[in-house]
Amino acid sequence: MSQTLGVPRETFAGEKRVATVPEVVEKLIKLGFAVKVESGAGDAANFGDDTYRAAGAEIVADAPGLWAKSDIVLKVRGPSAEEVGLMHAGQTLIGFIWPAQNPELMQSLAARKVTVLAIDSLPRMLSRAQKMDALTSMAGITGYRAVIEAAHAFGRFLTGQITAAGKVPPAKVFIAGAGVAGLAAIGTAVGLGAIVRANDTRAEVADQVVSLGGEFVKVEYEEEGSGGGGYAKVMSEGFQKAQREMYAKQAREVDIIITTALIPGKPAPRLITAEMVRSMKPGSVIVDLAAEQGGNCELTEPGKIVVKHGVTIVGYTDLPSRLAKQSSTLYSTNLFRLTEELCKTKDGVINVNMDDDAIRGLTVIKEGSITWPPPPPKLPPAPAKAAVSQRKVSAPAKGHGHGAGEPMSARALATVFAVGALVLLFIGNNAPPAFLGHLTVFVLACFVGYMVVWNVTPALHTPLMSVTNAISSIIAIGALVQVAPQLDDFGPGRPAAWILGLALVAIALTTINMFGGFAVTQRMLQMFRK
Amino acid sequence: MTATLATVAYLGATVLFILSLGGLSSPESSRRGNLFGMVGMAIAVLATVLGPQVEPKGLAWIVGAMAVGGTLGLYAARVVKMTQMPELVALMHSLVGLAAVLVGFANYIDPAATAHFKGVERTIHEAEIYIGVLIGAVTFSGSLIAFGKLSAKIGGKPMLLPGRHWLNLAGLLLVIWLGTRFVGAASIESGMLPLALMSVIALLFGIHMVMAIGGADMPVVVSMLNSYSGWAAAATGFMLSNDLLIVTGALVGSSGAILSYIMCRAMNRNFVSVIAGGFGTGGGTPAASGTAAPAGEVIAISAPDTAGLLREAKNVIIVPGYGMAVAQAQHTVFEITKLLREKRVNVRFGIHPVAGRMPGHMNVLLAEAKVPYDIVMEMDEINADFPDTDVAMVIGANDIVNPAAQEDPASPIAGMPVLEVWKAKTSVVMKRSMASGYAGVDNPLFYKDNNRMLFGDAKKMLDEVLAALKA
Repeated sequence: MSQTLGVPRETFAGEKRVATVPEVVEKLIKLGFAVKVESGAGDAANFGDDTYRAAGAEIVADAPGLWAKSDIVLKVRGPSAEEVGLMHAGQTLIGFIWPAQNPELMQSLAARKVTVLAIDSLPRMLSRAQKMDALTSMAGITGYRAVIEAAHAFGRFLTGQITAAGKVPPAKVFIAGAGVAGLAAIGTAVGLGAIVRANDTRAEVADQVVSLGGEFVKVEYEEEGSGGGGYAKVMSEGFQKAQREMYAKQAREVDIIITTALIPGKPAPRLITAEMVRSMKPGSVIVDLAAEQGGNCELTEPGKIVVKHGVTIVGYTDLPSRLAKQSSTLYSTNLFRLTEELCKTKDGVINVNMDDDAIRGLTVIKEGSITWPPPPPKLPPAPAKAAVSQRKVSAPAKGHGHGAGEPMSARALATVFAVGALVLLFIGNNAPPAFLGHLTVFVLACFVGYMVVWNVTPALHTPLMSVTNAISSIIAIGALVQVAPQLDDFGPGRPAAWILGLALVAIALTTINMFGGFAVTQRMLQMFRK
Repeated sequence: MTATLATVAYLGATVLFILSLGGLSSPESSRRGNLFGMVGMAIAVLATVLGPQVEPKGLAWIVGAMAVGGTLGLYAARVVKMTQMPELVALMHSLVGLAAVLVGFANYIDPAATAHFKGVERTIHEAEIYIGVLIGAVTFSGSLIAFGKLSAKIGGKPMLLPGRHWLNLAGLLLVIWLGTRFVGAASIESGMLPLALMSVIALLFGIHMVMAIGGADMPVVVSMLNSYSGWAAAATGFMLSNDLLIVTGALVGSSGAILSYIMCRAMNRNFVSVIAGGFGTGGGTPAASGTAAPAGEVIAISAPDTAGLLREAKNVIIVPGYGMAVAQAQHTVFEITKLLREKRVNVRFGIHPVAGRMPGHMNVLLAEAKVPYDIVMEMDEINADFPDTDVAMVIGANDIVNPAAQEDPASPIAGMPVLEVWKAKTSVVMKRSMASGYAGVDNPLFYKDNNRMLFGDAKKMLDEVLAALKA
């Protein structure tokens, strides 16, 4: 018996999004579910009842009817008190719940003996969770919309232009926090032609900023700001001071500031003071994406646009909803991916498998008992750093040039040096000077060989062997000098015939090598071509 | 030519040899590098022949011997097939080793060469002769056996005598004892016996050492023998107080040593254990018996279907192994590559450092088949690209693409760096049968969902793929 998915109309004031769009309805039906949609659910996002009907959904006239008939309810915002009242035991609810911020809602949901999957509690570190990560897709939309709002409130072009009437300088945009929303804002602002700067306490995002065409502004203070889980952490006092100075400088220079700084479970950090707002050029714009958590700017009023000291401060908290069609499409795709994970059998029945890391993290209430916060996932976020350093160790050879790998431990090095010193001491005490001269040459030649050969590209290792082979036939010289040396008076005591014979054979052997080795090397090298 | 002029000529030759090796850092500069080597060698030989150490009456002998050797060498270089390069190189190493032995003996029996050494100098000189002959003899016999194994005249399986480590140790002690007898010998006649005995032991040791090494450890052995031939030349240089020989020998010796090290690292094995031999006993119990055998079914694919896969692909990586050399399939591989590249398919090659039987073997074969070297990548360069690859084609390789090296810590090849072909969307493995690689380790790659097996002779199958691609 397949289960029924219900999509009610969002009741939160001003919320235009809908949890499922007609396109996804078709896919859900293919998974084996029946889909019911409340009449008018998609109207605000420009999805009419007819389009849902065409996709195979059944339209239900009112909310109580829908809630009563659905086994699984897909929502965007957390349920209101009335909606909680409509739930029945055994039902499953999927949507944004924010369990940490809404303990009463959690209690009342638990009392209804339902199962709740909070899409905001997804363990984002799991790579396979990315396709379900609604926070990321919503944040991307937020970043995009933030730039659009800023451009709307800003009285000039964003891009620089040379018109018949004169030159227009490009707008300068500063983006505080280069998370998903920040990066989306950077991309959008760069696309509109603005000069974009960005800052983040996590130094590792600098490359991403640059790759999108922005400029990364550093805080001149050494501290690593990665708090695990892809979020930033609270920084030290010294850092914050340096950061404030940097922000004050940016505020004086730029036309638009977009702030996206959030720290999980804490009020948003105060980055922009009233003083800084006053120092901005009249007509400038601040878009504060952290307005809901108290705002990154002191003067932000959540949900409103205000003008203070000549600066427009946008404090909207519903930016995704202002792009309802786009955000509904992305959100419903995220929910569809989640449903796929819940219904691996594709028979229209979900299985909330608590052994699955991703689903365990999402499930905040399981059949009436609160299961939030989840135990730390089996894949702890902490070793992110260790993994990096491990990678360094395991990959010492990059391209050619190789390098000799990691340096030896100090102890091994000391041992090698000590043994070397003893050997040298022994030789120095006993050997004649002539030998020492040769030894010097020998040791230095070994090092030269070492340096030169590490530079040989691996593709040419076979030619390297054949050419060294040819070169080693230099041993012929040893034989050459024996053929007919200038003799003083050794006369009959010297087995000249033997020596000549041995030397000639040696010469013949080495010349095979000499000519053969060079010739075959040449033959091989001729073949290497682009 | 005066003695000082000869010395300066040697210095020039030394510099040219260093430049010659330096030239091999890229294919563009390599041909010039080889030319430097030839010029250096010509200068060194001429300076010696025309120098003070050779009387003009010996010239005829020298020219005669060099003509014989040179002809043989040039002939060998012309006729050798590129797949036979490892054999040729091994054979040539043996010649250097033998020459070192002969020069050592000739030097020892020549009273003119030793008369001016007194006291410590004499001891050192005799030790130098002894060491030169020792290294030369080991190089000679070891290289001959390596040649035999590489040309399949001797079976590739390691020969393991009982107590072989003890045999080697006993040989070493005997060599040391004979050395003390030799260096202390009163006359040339009384020193001859220990020297000759030691030569025999060294020859046996060389044979024993290489016999105990399995076929696929050959890259290490060949480069190690390369190194030995250099050290033999250096020892001869000490014996003759000739800096040119010392430098050249040291260059060659360190080159071979580095190659051995690179090969060992590519197999994640340490040098001593390779030399001690006995890895991949072949035919015996599979080494992986204790670990979970990969379960599942292999999915076979036909040549036309492989052609279809290749035609649909955007990125293709070909991973060749020794099997490609055996089947002489490199030319067909190139034809396929050319055809696909004309169709705007990005075809590249991924070469594992120990693919084949000597370092860089695969590169030479592909170069012979006219594959441009800029699409032939090293393992480190290409490994990260497999996830973006549509088809990874494995031709006659096994252990170098075995995921067990990464996934199964109990596997005998655990930790060996491998080409991660299983990360490609589809991998196609060309293989004669389901037999395991030389390491005797089953390959879980074959059982992966995204892997297809193309059974049959590599050359024949590739010809069919080519025909299907053209159709």
